[in-house]
Amino acid sequence: MRYAMVIDTLKCVGCSDCVVACQTENNVPEGYCRDWVTETVTGAYPTVELELKSERCNHCDNAPCVRTCPTGASHIVEGGVVLVTPDECIGCGACIESCPYDARFQHPEGYVDKCTFCHHRLEKGQLPACVSVCPTKCMYFGDLDDPKSEVSQLLKTRTQKVLAPESGTKPNVYYLT
Amino acid sequence: MKEEIFISGRNIPNIDPSLEVWHFPISLYLFLGGLAAGIMVFAALVTILKKEKQFQATVKQAMLVVPIALSVGLAALFYDLTHKLYVWRLYTTIRIESPMSWGAWVLLIITFISIFWVFSYFTEMFPKWDWKYDFIKKWEAFFIKNRKPMALAMLPLAIILGVYTGILLSAFNARPLWNNAILGPLFLVSGLSTGAAVILLLSKHHYEQSMISKIDLFLIILEIFLIIHMLMGMYAGSEVQLEALNLIFGGPYTVMFFVFVVILGLIFPALLEGVELMGYKIPIAIPAILILMGGLVFRMVMVEAGQITRYLY
Repeated sequence: MRYAMVIDTLKCVGCSDCVVACQTENNVPEGYCRDWVTETVTGAYPTVELELKSERCNHCDNAPCVRTCPTGASHIVEGGVVLVTPDECIGCGACIESCPYDARFQHPEGYVDKCTFCHHRLEKGQLPACVSVCPTKCMYFGDLDDPKSEVSQLLKTRTQKVLAPESGTKPNVYYLT
Repeated sequence: MKEEIFISGRNIPNIDPSLEVWHFPISLYLFLGGLAAGIMVFAALVTILKKEKQFQATVKQAMLVVPIALSVGLAALFYDLTHKLYVWRLYTTIRIESPMSWGAWVLLIITFISIFWVFSYFTEMFPKWDWKYDFIKKWEAFFIKNRKPMALAMLPLAIILGVYTGILLSAFNARPLWNNAILGPLFLVSGLSTGAAVILLLSKHHYEQSMISKIDLFLIILEIFLIIHMLMGMYAGSEVQLEALNLIFGGPYTVMFFVFVVILGLIFPALLEGVELMGYKIPIAIPAILILMGGLVFRMVMVEAGQITRYLY
């Protein structure tokens, strides 16, 4: 089992519904978010290009946050999901410093928080909240070890990229371009 | 070509627009940790070489500073934690991959060694002091007898502590300013130099002062060389490293780095120490205090500027 998220940047309209769904589902405190939408504008008028991306923790195979965590609070569970155990986290901030995606933050209660791929929903066989609400259905979630899964098929047929591959993290969130 | 990035729905405290997760207490801790490591290396070395008689301030007064510096450093570190009640979790595991994990262990062990060390010299330093109870005097005799084994344990641990203050930062490849292999040795040398400065301030003997001053002069030159080495490495690096370099080459940290660290904290005290060693009278406190100031500002620049640097994507 190797969970991955695939996001079609050509279908994303940047509505931020994924952000709101995540905040609601995971009780994310006000002023914080576990996922966010970026709008990248490149070029000069009249040849301008716009790319919309829903970003979050990349649940890296080579996760620097897990490496630098001094207590083992940051850990990887079955399926490659990177999680934080609040009762083991001392709030030192090492994982935040180590993340090239700035995907982690200190929860107002002190421990470090971030996207969990909605692990509690995955256990029930449901999709992550962000994926399940996307109105344009631009987000896909599944198992890369299963060659027949939707994500495997998409990655086989479409051009794609991951964020900051040069940082060596081996991320598991893919963007179709 | 113009690129613009907007991020919707994100303004997380301490993360946006750039990281501010580690604050001044971390810089202070890195400075005090390096300084303590420096003093301990000198104290351990003179003990192993049986030169305690000539280096009285090194093994006594300066070592008295060590447990205080380490305690203040630890308190600063604790202050910057956000989930403080769970701090004991650091000591339920050892994770070799995480510099903070083994660093915390080394720090704990070496703090105790430094306390025992001061204990073994306490009545020598303060002859009027009386421990009153016999069992404390027995312990004192035990530690006095075992100063050499303590020195043998302290030397490698102090070097690890000094290197660790740099490796703690260089282990983060997400922050290009920190992510260079020279930072460990550079922070160790800087720590040794600030440790030497403390000894210079406390020493009253000419031989000890001139020996430590000579060593310190060599350390400063080595440190300048290592800084040039670090900057050259970044200059020859990729875009992210060049961007990190720009922060101290023309960016907002230029004055802090070149004026307060390189000129006032390294070159100027090196010149003063050199002139002093040639026989001219210069109060040793001036270069020593400048070195301490430079060491602290250096860590502040690295911690603050490092958090601005990031991957571009």
